[in-house]
Amino acid sequence: MVEEAIAEHYGEGEMRCPVHLSIGQEAAAVGVCDALALTDKIYSTHRCHAHYLAKGGDLNRMFAEICGKAAGCIGGRGGSMHLMDLEKGMMASIPIVASSIPIATGSALADKRMRSGKVTVAFIGDASIEEGVFHESANFAVLHRLPIVFVCENNLYSVYTPLRQRQPDRPLTNVALAHGMRAAHGDGNNLEETYRLMSDAVAHARCGNGPTFLLLDTYRWREHCGPNFDNRIGYRTEAEYLQWETRCPIRALHKKLGSGLAPQREKAMVEAITVEIESARAFARAAPLPEPAQASQFVYA
Amino acid sequence: MTAQAVSQERIITLADAIREGLIESFARDDRTFMFAQGVDDPASMWGTIKGIAKRFGEDRIIEMPVAENGAVGIAVGAALNGQRPVIGFHRVEFALLALEQIVNNAAKSHYISNGQHKVPLVIRMVIGRGWGQGPEHSQSLEPIFSYFPGLKVVMPAFAADAKGMLISAIEDDNPVIFIEHRFLHYATGHVPEGYYKNPLDGPRVVREGKDVTIVATAHAVLEAIRAADVLRDIGCSVEVIDMRVLRPLNMATIQASVKKSGHLITVDTGFVMYGIGAEVVAAVVGQNFSALKAAPVRLGLPDHPTPSSRGLVVGVYPDSLRITREVGKMLGIGDDKMQLALASLEEQRKNLPIDAPDPFFKGPF
Ligand SMILES: Cc1ncc(C[n+]2csc(CCOP(=O)(O)OP(=O)(O)O)c2C)c(N)n1
Ligand SMILES: [Mg+2]
Repeated sequence: MVEEAIAEHYGEGEMRCPVHLSIGQEAAAVGVCDALALTDKIYSTHRCHAHYLAKGGDLNRMFAEICGKAAGCIGGRGGSMHLMDLEKGMMASIPIVASSIPIATGSALADKRMRSGKVTVAFIGDASIEEGVFHESANFAVLHRLPIVFVCENNLYSVYTPLRQRQPDRPLTNVALAHGMRAAHGDGNNLEETYRLMSDAVAHARCGNGPTFLLLDTYRWREHCGPNFDNRIGYRTEAEYLQWETRCPIRALHKKLGSGLAPQREKAMVEAITVEIESARAFARAAPLPEPAQASQFVYA
Repeated sequence: MTAQAVSQERIITLADAIREGLIESFARDDRTFMFAQGVDDPASMWGTIKGIAKRFGEDRIIEMPVAENGAVGIAVGAALNGQRPVIGFHRVEFALLALEQIVNNAAKSHYISNGQHKVPLVIRMVIGRGWGQGPEHSQSLEPIFSYFPGLKVVMPAFAADAKGMLISAIEDDNPVIFIEHRFLHYATGHVPEGYYKNPLDGPRVVREGKDVTIVATAHAVLEAIRAADVLRDIGCSVEVIDMRVLRPLNMATIQASVKKSGHLITVDTGFVMYGIGAEVVAAVVGQNFSALKAAPVRLGLPDHPTPSSRGLVVGVYPDSLRITREVGKMLGIGDDKMQLALASLEEQRKNLPIDAPDPFFKGPF
């Protein structure tokens, strides 16, 4: 609902930065983060909204950040692709493909050295395992049995390029297995399954048994970057999209909950969330822009 | 450098001084750890990490797979989470594979996070020349790293300063690129024992003078001192400034010196084009134009890669002879005096190989 609000209002010109929406990929974010403690840490990519929210990131500060306001989670310095909320363990989002992977690995190394018992998650896309630094980090994480889970959301595309044009036809988990890493694979649009697989991976990591590569199948509904649907511009088919729409993670959950979620209760929840979103948007709109002089702050600690 | 006065006796190499700096820092703070390729390598990075792995153990001194970008990223991640890592690259060229992490994450995490993250990280990089290392093992790429706000770039010329600055770098809350010139590992100097810090505050006058200001980096500082010595003998007073810290650039000492001398020569270990000298000259011309009595001169590497053969490197590296000649030209020193100065330098250097460290640099400095 948050991202639908972003999409709906994007054209108004208040949110003046690129947005990479996670609509269609919600269950992966929620299932993974629900299996974590507040003190566990996550690192994300350009597509970080869902991860930020699932880890408990502040909604007001998210909207303010996307609107470039001083009250943004990082004062308007990064915009949509750099969301973070340290109090919630949302450590950083880095929009250079795979760039957050070694950072997350180093985070796990720090926790291992401090014996903190914390687990780190690196959220990554299917394209990031094409980058060398993924392999460098995977090798190191296995070698040192680091408490980390590499959660790979395979949405089948990197921008407009399908997976089959970028990687040979083999299970993506083979890549992790070749590094000697534990691997698991599941339906990222199935919340329960994601949660279960993630819980296993977290337990494995917390006990000091090392990393897991958790591959989650999913699909992004809207364009790579921006608020629109783009099934008609030629890189993927409407039929493919419609097929994935039937696997909507939210509807699937809805169906599973069945009578467990009373219509009254659902209505109340939707209303409450709508109010929260509207109030966050209003907060962001009313918040002042940062002062130009702040642009030169925090170059050095 | 008051600490230096305490121990005028002890003379060690810059490599040993670095090793002592690492040991002092590691002994004081459990959050420090080191990534290196070859922690058990007998050559031990020119001796700079000799015995360290044994002393601190494999939890502190971690063998890094041959994965430079990963190493820096992992170190940055650890630094964001309260650790104080040190990485060593045997050649600056290897650090090029890590530019992505250095530029995007090390340099910017503090800025992007609105001051919430800090990156206390030291990356040692060895630059330099000699023994036919050739175009991809002997570059001096310090200007690349000096380009980026958020990084500190330090470049010691003297053993005592190397130790003191390294300890400061490890205690600094910013990512510090610590540049070591290969030849200088063998240079010796008075180095105090124990723990002390030299601030990463900027250039220092290492020879006082009033006729011309020579601003130099690392190994070039020693060449400049050698030139200053022979020029002194012919009555020319040269002020030599050791840059020490390339970023953040503090121009105050250089500007004060040029105001006094009116003459500026820069000598650095990198390319002349787009180099450190260009930045220094631009800053002086921009702010002290009227103090200048002659056009500044920049010395450095010519505009081609640095070849391997000792036949090909003749004239490639700016040395004390070239510096002396440039000073003579700039100040209009008479031929007979110049002949004297140059002859004395030529005599000193006569049988020295071009591709090995000059024994002149066996200080004490
Ligand atoms: C190193 C690098 N190369 C290219 C890009 C341009 N780029 C931005 S997002 C993206 C797609 C990444 O695909 P994936 O990892 O599958 O994530 P998704 O967008 O599907 O969530 C690319 C190629 C980039 N940001 N960084
Ligand atoms: Mg993808």
